[in-house]
Amino acid sequence: MKILHPFVPSLAVMLLAASAGAGAQGVLIDRSEIRFVAKQTGGSVEGRFRKWKANVDFRPQDPAKSKAVFEIELASIDLASEETEVEARRPAWFDTAKFPVATFESTTVRGTGGDRYQIDGRLSMKGVTRDVSIPVALRKDAGGNSVAEGEFKVKRLDFRIGEGMWADTSTVADEVAIRVRMVLPPVQ
Amino acid sequence: MSAPAGTYTRTAIALHWIAAILIVCNLALGISMINFALSPLKIRLYGWHKWIGITVFLTAAVRILWRFAHPAPSPVAMPAWQRSAARATHAALYVLMFAIPLSGWVYSSATGVSVIYLGLFPLPDLVGKDKVLAGVLWAAHATLNFILFVLVIVHVGAALRHQYVERDDTLRRMLPFARRNPAQVIR
Repeated sequence: MKILHPFVPSLAVMLLAASAGAGAQGVLIDRSEIRFVAKQTGGSVEGRFRKWKANVDFRPQDPAKSKAVFEIELASIDLASEETEVEARRPAWFDTAKFPVATFESTTVRGTGGDRYQIDGRLSMKGVTRDVSIPVALRKDAGGNSVAEGEFKVKRLDFRIGEGMWADTSTVADEVAIRVRMVLPPVQ
Repeated sequence: MSAPAGTYTRTAIALHWIAAILIVCNLALGISMINFALSPLKIRLYGWHKWIGITVFLTAAVRILWRFAHPAPSPVAMPAWQRSAARATHAALYVLMFAIPLSGWVYSSATGVSVIYLGLFPLPDLVGKDKVLAGVLWAAHATLNFILFVLVIVHVGAALRHQYVERDDTLRRMLPFARRNPAQVIR
């Protein structure tokens, strides 16, 4: 049984997770996050996506059978200001009217020693799909939840994000770091 | 370098004019850039505005240290109220040279933009990203700049009045290339 839970996190998410079969885990969305850091002239800009869905089936004992699928609602971008958020939704950037959702789907998950794992998968944004590799570190928090944290880099121009005058990487760098933190409740 | 009595040191004069040029340019840049439509140029201007602001802060810090080691010359003869007004204005200008860059830095942090000074030195974020706080800090930054704008006019106006109406050489002792009044140099 898999769970693709709704955008709004709630107690129901945890209940669903608790009642789910072995392996299927509901991500605690309000404690998890998908952030990004982009370099620009004079500084670095941090943002995040407010709305996303995750379907994570993580099996530390059998990583190969693990699976992770994400759907990110790109218009929910949280940036420095209203002005930059409006700009980010425009055609030159994410073009959220035409491409509202970015997806990530894992293809291979393997242990890389200790509490570290590598998730390879496909990231699709703005009609472009690329292979990405996400190194993830797993730990337990005080409440017994599993916390998975990973960071990987993408080149925004690979996905045609920031076209036209924005393609100049001396103002906004090509490379963007994406930081993911997923909190998974204990299962079984 | 020690200066003759009645004059500022060359270093103090240089620091004063560096700060003056940077402050006037950054005020003009700050006021104009906010009205631009979002573009790569606007992002670069914001970056430069922050770098200039941090430079003003650093210049002010050096000036304060220099001033402790090399006290400013005693003011020319003037009514007590003018002397008090000058002291208050100078003190306020120093405070603003620290407070305005700081308020801009905190504002930048609150908007989620970390400042990297000259693109080389990352400055720590003073607060976390917070849109409501960012609005308050923007208003504070703008208000402090308005006060600065008024005080700069008072400061320049007073200097010109002393030089050209009172003819007491107040301005001349801060000019970089002006021939000093020989009487002052000897004294």
